[in-house]
Amino acid sequence: MTGMAIATRIRRRIRVPTLTGTGTREVRFAIALLLPAALVVFGVVIYPVGRTLVLSLFGVDSAMPGHYPFVGLRNYAKAFTDPAFYPVLWHTVYFTFVSTALELTLGIGVAMVLNAPLKARWLWRSIVVLPWALPTIVDGALWRWIYNGQYGALNGLLSTLHISHTDHQWLGSPFLALNMVIVADVWKNTSIVAFFVLAGLQTIPHELYEAARMDGAGPVRSFLRVTLPLLRPSIAVVLILRTIEAFKVFDIIYVMTGGGPASGTQTVAFYTYQQAFSNQLFGYGSALAYLIALAVFALAMVYLRILRQGAMAGVR
Amino acid sequence: MRTSRRYLAFMYAMAVLMAVIILAPFAWLVISSISSPADLVSSHVHWLPERPTLERYRQIFTSASGGDNVAGDFRVAMLNSLIVAGSTTVISLVLGCLGGYAFARLRFPFRRTTLMSFLAIYMLPPIALVIPLYLALSGLGLLDTKLGLIVTYCSLVTPFCLWTMSNYFLSLPPELEEAARVDGCSRFGALVRVVLPLARPAILATAMFGFLLAWDEFLYSLIFTSTTNSKTIPVAIAEFTGKFSSDFGLVAAGGVLAALPPVLLALVFQRFIVGGLTAGAVKG
Repeated sequence: MTGMAIATRIRRRIRVPTLTGTGTREVRFAIALLLPAALVVFGVVIYPVGRTLVLSLFGVDSAMPGHYPFVGLRNYAKAFTDPAFYPVLWHTVYFTFVSTALELTLGIGVAMVLNAPLKARWLWRSIVVLPWALPTIVDGALWRWIYNGQYGALNGLLSTLHISHTDHQWLGSPFLALNMVIVADVWKNTSIVAFFVLAGLQTIPHELYEAARMDGAGPVRSFLRVTLPLLRPSIAVVLILRTIEAFKVFDIIYVMTGGGPASGTQTVAFYTYQQAFSNQLFGYGSALAYLIALAVFALAMVYLRILRQGAMAGVR
Repeated sequence: MRTSRRYLAFMYAMAVLMAVIILAPFAWLVISSISSPADLVSSHVHWLPERPTLERYRQIFTSASGGDNVAGDFRVAMLNSLIVAGSTTVISLVLGCLGGYAFARLRFPFRRTTLMSFLAIYMLPPIALVIPLYLALSGLGLLDTKLGLIVTYCSLVTPFCLWTMSNYFLSLPPELEEAARVDGCSRFGALVRVVLPLARPAILATAMFGFLLAWDEFLYSLIFTSTTNSKTIPVAIAEFTGKFSSDFGLVAAGGVLAALPPVLLALVFQRFIVGGLTAGAVKG
């Protein structure tokens, strides 16, 4: 009955009355097209999603199969009573907030430059593409070398410019190291933010700027009154995407600091990795992984909501 | 619109500043890769190498892999990365084109829910899946194999391809396929002969993004691979950065080579990026 109802609804919504088949055939065709993708994606993912949930409820403390005690939600409770977890959470929030804020501010600036009527636009755009294409691991390794206390280019530059002649250990103290990792992250990821914002900028009609000029608005005023409000949808999207990415940050920490010094650059993803693979606490690690997934999902829901509101309609 | 001279001059100044900040670290990577070891660890920084050398590149391309031979391992890791990222891109692109068309043009029950589940998986942090996947791959004997990596990466890249391709198909006028179908084309025939040729720019852009996703992936590769059998270039670089922190020259040479494929792709397809990004993440 419901199948029939759906079929009639489908037939009614089709633009051209079907030539060759009915709604059922369309459904069958859709399933045939989607099945390979569904098999590859869900086939790989469904089992781990379920298994992580099960693992997180047991006190699994080795990779060997065996009998482990059922601990219920104790692994989850442990995260919130674990004194080591709060600093880790704080580093993640700090990293996420500062890097996203910097990337957004600089990204809007870069996008304004790319959108300005400059000569050789393709050249400037090609330059901005570069850091985005650089693999994250190479980015991390490169900045680690630049920060090197003895031979690094940053100390060399400060010395050449006669600003400072001491050998600063940029990755040597916890809070400084966290900020220096943020610099490396911002250097790479501002590009992607700039391109998102540029896409938004290109949809703003020139007439609006003309009108603002007629009304006597200078560049600053027209930026604040015309550009920023019309960029809001692009900014919202890129903000959430970057927040999700920053919250999952792992690679750059791994290669630059390994979570140190004194665990000062540990983030939740890195801490989870260590608990599971260095300390073999697979149960606790799984619980942490689920907590991260939940946080990311909450952000993703907000993101999908914005998309669904059609806030970006008209953007190509 | 006439732009004031001062505004333009300011923008040029900003563009140059931006270019310097972006290009300086790149230049340093290349310079480090051709500096002699003595130059790299001298008491003050040599901005230009006194005796530039391509020795490290020669080592990477010619020396045997295995044992403690870092340079040879780089070459094998590059090849592994090319095979893994290439296969992943091709498979995911085909699956994404087929599935994306279904989402864009066909009506079927649970359409929205299915699309949302694909998207949700795309957003899932890898750390949430890596523990059981590790245990599962180890059970199947797929740990430290390229196949294991390709299967895992496909589950990551396919939802992305599906989403971007579906959005692009939506932006094409349906009249074209309808005309083909009136002329007696089957639905699948219309997809292959009419829609896919039209979607070429989107296919190229999606392939580039997919390749970059797979090329850049680190966490799965770090945990699933252990030897040159399947180790990818990000893992090789991360390993050597930790092990040989004083000889950065070799890491730099490996980094230059690892950066080449994605950077070249991004430069060639630069004009598709703005459109591709917005189709992939912005258009609902």
